[in-house]
Amino acid sequence: MTAADFLGSAGFDPVLLDQYGPSLLRGLRTTLALVAISVPLGFALALPLAFVRVEGGPLLRAAATGFTGFFRGTPLLAQLFLLYYGAAQFHGALQAAGVWWMFRDAFWCAILTFTLNTASYQAEILRGAAQAIPAGQIEAGRALGFGQFGIYRAIVGPQALILALRPLGNELILMIKASSLASVVTVVDLMGASKRAFSGSLDFEVYLWAALIYLALVEIVRRIWNALERRMTRHLRTA
Amino acid sequence: MRLALGVSRRALCATLLALIAASLAPPSLQAKEWTTIRIGTEGAYPPFNFVDSNQQLQGFDIDIAKAICDEEKVTCEFVAQDWDGLIPALLAGKYDAIFASMSITEERKNAIAFSNKYYQSPALFVADKKNAALVPTPQAMAGKTIGAQSATVSAKYLDGVFAPAGAEIKLYATQDEANLDLASGRVDAVLADKVVMLPWLEKSPDGRCCQMIGADVNDPKYFGEGIGAGLRKDDPDLKALIDKGIADIRANGAYAKINAKYFPFSLY
Amino acid sequence: MSEALASLAYGPDGWGDELLSGLWLTVRLALTALPFGLGIGLGVALLKDSRSWTGRLFGEAYTTVFRGLPELLTIFIVYFGAPRLLSASVAWTERLTGREPSGFAAAVDGFTAGVVALALVFGAFSSEVFLGAIRGVPGSQREAAESLGLSRFATFRLVILPQVWRLALPGLTNNWLVMLKDTSLVSVIALAELMRQSDVAARATHEPFLFYLVACLLYLGLSGLSTAGALWLERRAGRSFASAARQG
Repeated sequence: MTAADFLGSAGFDPVLLDQYGPSLLRGLRTTLALVAISVPLGFALALPLAFVRVEGGPLLRAAATGFTGFFRGTPLLAQLFLLYYGAAQFHGALQAAGVWWMFRDAFWCAILTFTLNTASYQAEILRGAAQAIPAGQIEAGRALGFGQFGIYRAIVGPQALILALRPLGNELILMIKASSLASVVTVVDLMGASKRAFSGSLDFEVYLWAALIYLALVEIVRRIWNALERRMTRHLRTA
Repeated sequence: MRLALGVSRRALCATLLALIAASLAPPSLQAKEWTTIRIGTEGAYPPFNFVDSNQQLQGFDIDIAKAICDEEKVTCEFVAQDWDGLIPALLAGKYDAIFASMSITEERKNAIAFSNKYYQSPALFVADKKNAALVPTPQAMAGKTIGAQSATVSAKYLDGVFAPAGAEIKLYATQDEANLDLASGRVDAVLADKVVMLPWLEKSPDGRCCQMIGADVNDPKYFGEGIGAGLRKDDPDLKALIDKGIADIRANGAYAKINAKYFPFSLY
Repeated sequence: MSEALASLAYGPDGWGDELLSGLWLTVRLALTALPFGLGIGLGVALLKDSRSWTGRLFGEAYTTVFRGLPELLTIFIVYFGAPRLLSASVAWTERLTGREPSGFAAAVDGFTAGVVALALVFGAFSSEVFLGAIRGVPGSQREAAESLGLSRFATFRLVILPQVWRLALPGLTNNWLVMLKDTSLVSVIALAELMRQSDVAARATHEPFLFYLVACLLYLGLSGLSTAGALWLERRAGRSFASAARQG
């Protein structure tokens, strides 16, 4: 029995599936690319952001707080419109600066927005985790002659990362869902493909397929993350 | 935990299947005396339908609908709805008729009924003046990016004819957004109704960037038989009423007056 | 630039009044969805905490679905799917009870659909918060109440619930902030809330950057106000614990 037969026997329309199924799967690939690029980039940006928020001077700290506050306090949709349609207003200047290629392409514009957004949330998670490490450990590190960087690399960092694992997993799942917003700026991700399929077929069923695919995706990622977390916290489960 | 999750997925499937079954149940037929017609329109497609600075719906489609309602002594109420959702919302009963410059096509006829046409217009490619030499044939446009409003006949045509030849098709929620991206160079060309693009080229500050390329596009396989009001299939009496309204305003000069208000040439 | 600022003016020439009416609709959407979302959240948390196997099953399924679906998709499904579901279930009931089909066609307007979708999602996330709060009340209190002869229900109402509020508050505040931002997604079903109005204004004035930036600042203001309100509530809820808990 093929997958199509199976879905057909489960009450799905095989003709519709044949016509739009492949484009939904192509959309799923784009969704995965959006998340797989923006979440790690966001993490790379979150590390210095979190560090500045904990250890930076007053000016740097204020800048980092303002940055994360803006991206956490406003809707992602508004940020996306701001960076996509707002940027088009300045395309002459952006072209002169040599960065228009990124704003020109909806996919990269979405990646940029998602990266800045998720970096803010991840920075907040990392900051919280870093500050949860008892101050005594840092003092002990200092007493042992560790520098500021050394303390973060060897003492605070590893423990904070483990504390942050679960919220970071939640953030990853939120970004899978949030990536669906790319569809409003012409990116044909899973959501965009199902919108196209819906306007072509006017059959509500395609949204239910999209729903099932998103649910499956989220569930798979959740389980993988849980397994990862169990592996990484092995040494803590002695009792 | 693992057990609970395993079973919960089954419950989820059952719920979704019930939802599907329910959505496939046939609609019921009913006769109705029409005193008020709720009309769905997009409100983002100047000069046919748009929101003015006083938040009022204006445009050719709106004026035609109002004239028909006046003529047939019924009350008109307007509801704004995104283009993508116009047909689904009609089917979901949020309003009774669509006046939104919707082309009468075979594909749409599978889902909804149409009144007789109330205007007709070919489509047109528009490109940046730098690309004036571009010939809008599928071969020449391979590798180019072409924009259109999603779920329109132009979008269907691009998907059916230009995408297979290698053009990238970008679809927008509104025509305005497609034009904006043409002006900023995100797309190489836009395909849309001629009567919408001509005023944009002439009057809009953004439109100065661009010009029409190639000839009128009106492949009947995609572009259908003109623009009509979209209706539910189970409201034949409403179709009769609107068809009569169109004929009446054509006959008594109301149509010509509205036409002249927007365009110096006949749209019918 | 002054021209751009003039487009923000209040009145027929500017978009200030439209933006404010959009802001007001955004607030109304979120405030209307809040009580329903809290109700769903508490209900689902109780199901997940219940002794009944089917109750737990339903609770878990609910959370899995509405936490896992993109909010945009939930809104589409509610907006386009709910009327069919309603009409179909009325038709079914009529068929089952042997009544004449009334041809009832449900209509769900954008506001209702938005509130339902937001409440469903808020409920899913809040059920986890409530569950954590219910479990956060020490089990010994439950035992003590039972040994005093209180019924299971009375224990919950008199002992657990008053403490749940305090324990759940920080989590619920977070969910509220998320919902406030999610209201912007309702703009895709043509409801003239803040995001939608900014969209219309951006297109009409050809000033997208200005209007989306203003929209962002207004959302930021709402978030800021909410955070301040939540802090006040938390301080109030924690009053009776002030002396004991602050030390820790």
